[in-house]
Amino acid sequence: MNSTVFAPWEDPEKKPLIRFQNVTKKFGTFTAIDNLSLDIYEREFFALLGPSGCGKTTMMRMLAGFETPTSGRIELAGKNIIPVPPNKRATNMMFQSYALFPHLTVWDNIAFGLRREGMEKDKMNARVEEMLRLTRLERFAKRKPHQISGGQRQRVALARSLAKAPTLLLLDEPLGALDAKLRQDTQFELMDIQEKTGTTFVIVTHDQEEAMTVASRIAVMDEGQLIQVATPDRIYETPVSVYVADFIGDVNIIEGKTTLIEDGQYQIDWAEGQMPLHAASSQPFDKGQTCFVAIRPEKVAISAEKPQAADNIVQGKVLDIAYLGNLSTYHVELADGTIIKSQTANTRRIARRSFTWGDTVWLSWTATAGVMLAR
Amino acid sequence: MNRFSWFNAVSLTFGFAFLYIPMIILVTYSFNESKLVTVWAGFSTKWYGELFRDQAFLDAAWVTLRVAVFSSTLATILGTMAAYVLIRAGRFTGRTLFSGMIYAPLVMPDVITGLALLLLFIGVGLDRGVLTVVLAHTTFAMCYVSVVVSSRLATFDQSLEEAALDLGCSPAQAFRLVTLPIIAPAVISGWLLAFTLSLDDLVIASFTTGPSATTLPIKIFSAVRLGVSPEINALSTIMIGIVTAGVITASVISKRNMVRQRREEQAAARAQ
Repeated sequence: MNSTVFAPWEDPEKKPLIRFQNVTKKFGTFTAIDNLSLDIYEREFFALLGPSGCGKTTMMRMLAGFETPTSGRIELAGKNIIPVPPNKRATNMMFQSYALFPHLTVWDNIAFGLRREGMEKDKMNARVEEMLRLTRLERFAKRKPHQISGGQRQRVALARSLAKAPTLLLLDEPLGALDAKLRQDTQFELMDIQEKTGTTFVIVTHDQEEAMTVASRIAVMDEGQLIQVATPDRIYETPVSVYVADFIGDVNIIEGKTTLIEDGQYQIDWAEGQMPLHAASSQPFDKGQTCFVAIRPEKVAISAEKPQAADNIVQGKVLDIAYLGNLSTYHVELADGTIIKSQTANTRRIARRSFTWGDTVWLSWTATAGVMLAR
Repeated sequence: MNRFSWFNAVSLTFGFAFLYIPMIILVTYSFNESKLVTVWAGFSTKWYGELFRDQAFLDAAWVTLRVAVFSSTLATILGTMAAYVLIRAGRFTGRTLFSGMIYAPLVMPDVITGLALLLLFIGVGLDRGVLTVVLAHTTFAMCYVSVVVSSRLATFDQSLEEAALDLGCSPAQAFRLVTLPIIAPAVISGWLLAFTLSLDDLVIASFTTGPSATTLPIKIFSAVRLGVSPEINALSTIMIGIVTAGVITASVISKRNMVRQRREEQAAARAQ
């Protein structure tokens, strides 16, 4: 097995496939993309993640050629692609609505792009058959789009956009119309296909779980700017701001004032009458600076008895329990009214649980469990 | 709800009688044996025979057909282009004004349209004949086509065109290969509508025509002033037939298309 980790973004010698340089896009007085620079590398599965209206779709449409940036430069394989019209770009897009041609069969939909290239008939047939096999649609080749299911339509759209073997495939909320179960299966299928074809994928999504599952790197966007670009685990474990921490997964945010104890160790005064918290940070904080400690619920332990040794221990009452089957999330209210969430795996039967609504419990976590954020 | 009542039955009968008795009388008397229009003398199709031997009527029919085909084709092209631009161009200054101006001729009295066109043709020194009637009919029929086509384009998913561009079509190819086939039923029913409108028109045609180009409605109108002949009845019956066929075809096409679209949408909804 190849043990080298796929991380071209860490190699300074590597040339990016796509390069946004100070790109700004304005619609009238509204700034959709604000002076944004970003590199995406070959064979990446790159996710643009953010709430609706954050500019992620505009980024994708600029790559496809449907929007022209107001200023800045977009390069594909070293060449400026801004003056190139969509039909001359080596990119293909899978549309959110799939945009299958209703008057053509599945086969003709997939062959559409190849016909425009003027590909020979034998080669084209082989390519379409290959795409049908890849997306497991052989049986539906002769059907029209309205005669197949949503999941099948999604695969036709994927096959059609992959048929021309684009340098870059753009996926606009590709799984948005599918139900939760089908979506999960399809996510793995997408990753599989991406690996098999070696195509660079850029996916736009508002679903953080989807981005975490499929992407090699995620760009979290807000109001036309990149907030953080990193691998899924870094985005989750070391978010750069409260916005990112809050957008990705569940999180407890505790606001307080810092005091340095010794290098990298801080004491955080956060509420009257509560013991100060302890947290570690590689980023320096000034004395008395406001900071936000972000702690993931699964890193907070809950127990009926006071734990012997822990960096942070607080006491509270169980306010709510969200039972998810495999996991339970406890909402614990502290004496000052702060609510802290704790998540544990239900490794024992629920009848054995030693606390329930209203019980007094102890929450504890280590100094390195949380991340200290300045904003 | 839909209970039968005498009131409903009577109003329905009167309503339809009011609409259709004149036409039934006309159609019936076109099969009259007698030359006198008001006296029934037995069934005969001889006036249809007479009609097809009358060179003046045949010439007029030929003029009308040519005018209808050319003007409806022109109107369809122009009307589709206008609808496409108004729906697709997005917001530009004066968009509302433009779309209002497209629809205004729908409610403009024919007399005014006819007179305006007449003045224009005289102004530019165009000899009045088949060409001027074609132009006049194109002018008023294209509004109808544009209404029909733009209502279809309004529900057209624009990402279909973007997908075509993305897959390597030039904008013209995207229109020809994707947009046009999908909106074709609306375009065809627009053409049929334009065709029947042109076939029907008397007022605008009589303003804009010249001595060389007498259309059927004009011919009928002038013939009737000398007295109604059974020949005219026969001719009118044929025209009723053609217009009815046109209107029914247009509505069947658009109805079927609507049903299919709804079924596809339902299928799509189910599939999710």
